[in-house]
Amino acid sequence: MDKTINQKAWFLVLPVFLVVAFSAILPLMTVVNYSMQDTFGNNQFFWNGVGWFKELLDPSSDLGGRFFASLWRNLFFSAVILSIEVPLGIVVALSMPRDGWQVAACLVILALPLLIPWNVVGTIWQIFGRPDIGLLGYVLNGIGIDYNYVSNEFDAWATVIVMDVWHWTSLVALLCYAGLKSIPDAYYQAAQIDGASRWAVFTAIQLPKMNRVLLIAVLLRFMDSFMIYTEPFVVTGGGPGNSTTFVSIELVKIALGQFDLGKAAALSLVYNLIILIVCWIFYTVMTNAGTERREKQGVA
Amino acid sequence: MHSIPGRRIIISVFLVFLLLPIYWLVNMSFKTNTEIVSTMTLWPHQPTIANYMRIFTDESWYSGYINSLKYVIINTVISISVALPAAYAFSRYRFLGDKHLFFWLLSNRMAPAAVYALPFFNLYSAIGLFDTPWAVALAHCIFNVPLAVWILEGFVSGVPREIDETAFLDGYSFPRFFIRILVPLIASGIGVAAFFCFMFSWVELLLARTLTTVAAKPISAIMTRTVSAAGMDWGLLAAAGVLTIIPGALVIWFVRNYIARGFALGRV
Repeated sequence: MDKTINQKAWFLVLPVFLVVAFSAILPLMTVVNYSMQDTFGNNQFFWNGVGWFKELLDPSSDLGGRFFASLWRNLFFSAVILSIEVPLGIVVALSMPRDGWQVAACLVILALPLLIPWNVVGTIWQIFGRPDIGLLGYVLNGIGIDYNYVSNEFDAWATVIVMDVWHWTSLVALLCYAGLKSIPDAYYQAAQIDGASRWAVFTAIQLPKMNRVLLIAVLLRFMDSFMIYTEPFVVTGGGPGNSTTFVSIELVKIALGQFDLGKAAALSLVYNLIILIVCWIFYTVMTNAGTERREKQGVA
Repeated sequence: MHSIPGRRIIISVFLVFLLLPIYWLVNMSFKTNTEIVSTMTLWPHQPTIANYMRIFTDESWYSGYINSLKYVIINTVISISVALPAAYAFSRYRFLGDKHLFFWLLSNRMAPAAVYALPFFNLYSAIGLFDTPWAVALAHCIFNVPLAVWILEGFVSGVPREIDETAFLDGYSFPRFFIRILVPLIASGIGVAAFFCFMFSWVELLLARTLTTVAAKPISAIMTRTVSAAGMDWGLLAAAGVLTIIPGALVIWFVRNYIARGFALGRV
């Protein structure tokens, strides 16, 4: 896998660079600009230096309090949905039918939630969970559980989490399934000859083979849950109170709701920085795993 | 032999869990509002297609679908055509800053849309693209181009390098090699990348809603607004929701044989 060094390759990359730079760097410059200024409307701006950042990172101020509250809430949410979706996704992938038309049918149904616009996902669950017209809410209340996601914090959280599991477990399952499909039959035959247990087959053959796709799955799921906006916004609107206000919802509230451009911009930059750091950690782990594997194969 | 005990039950339960909320939406879309509000019925007792007829006959409704499809298609075409050469470059060559560039691209896939909503609004207003499908298509490039590069790079790497070398020895120019040989070889990869671009552009709402007001408003935004203005017309809302699921379902049906490999992004 030696790649030739060729600086002319930049010409091939240039279109991508230009397109992404146009939609990433230019807007980000605006954000940096805003984050240093204060505005009293009428397009009058005043230099504010690092004032917004100081306020943002100080949990005792109003802005900082809101930021940290939504940040912890969001991290907790990401942790919960990852710890449900990853094991469940693996189990579903292992349960896929072996061949025939059932495989195609399962794949199509699994992929279905992924292709539904995010606000429609919210709408579906909003309707489904309503005690008066939704099946879920009606049944839960019918069997004696007082369920109302509009007024009860716990119910709102449960709804948002179940919705996310419904929406995204398929992604994990499909990634794992793709990993499982790449295992040659010979591995299983060898395991059978050795008399390996079901668990041993899983830990020694299937899990290592799924490593790489699982890493992609965890990365995508963490990132997307960390910037989740539309679905909880449609279902709960961030409430009751602020109980399901995640970082993106808080940000949009400040930016488009209050039009506090300076505060919003400072929050955006810190938010982006967190994502950049997490992304870098994953990227390093991923590329290291890749080279390690290549080295192992090279030795063998 | 990659199965576990009780797998039929597990997969069936999971599929029912996935389908039940969708069924409920479809169920409601065929009901009258009186039936929805007054009784709890598991299937429509007085089935009606009035909700669908209203969407198909009212231009302010059905134009939303056309607007959405417009920017999704423009975005997919742009993403794939700029990503293809870049994927080839990343797969075959090393050049100054290649790893940093790849990471930078990837990090843009992860950038939260909420951060960009306001700056995009300013940017596209300034250059006069605001409220056109182009604004949304270009805005969606920020996450779709990196994704397309990432997927296609995996597929290009699956093509043996000897094929390039043979083609160049046979006197193929680079563009000719690219279009006549490489593109057909990774056709399934291009299909998968296009599927993902379509998917993420179709499901995104925050940017699409921020960058349009009237002329280019996507269906998902029309849904939220019209319904809140007219009180809660549940049947109509459900019908509009069902109609947004259909394009996705059609696309899945076409790529169903590639889904497994596609979801591994060409790199298992």
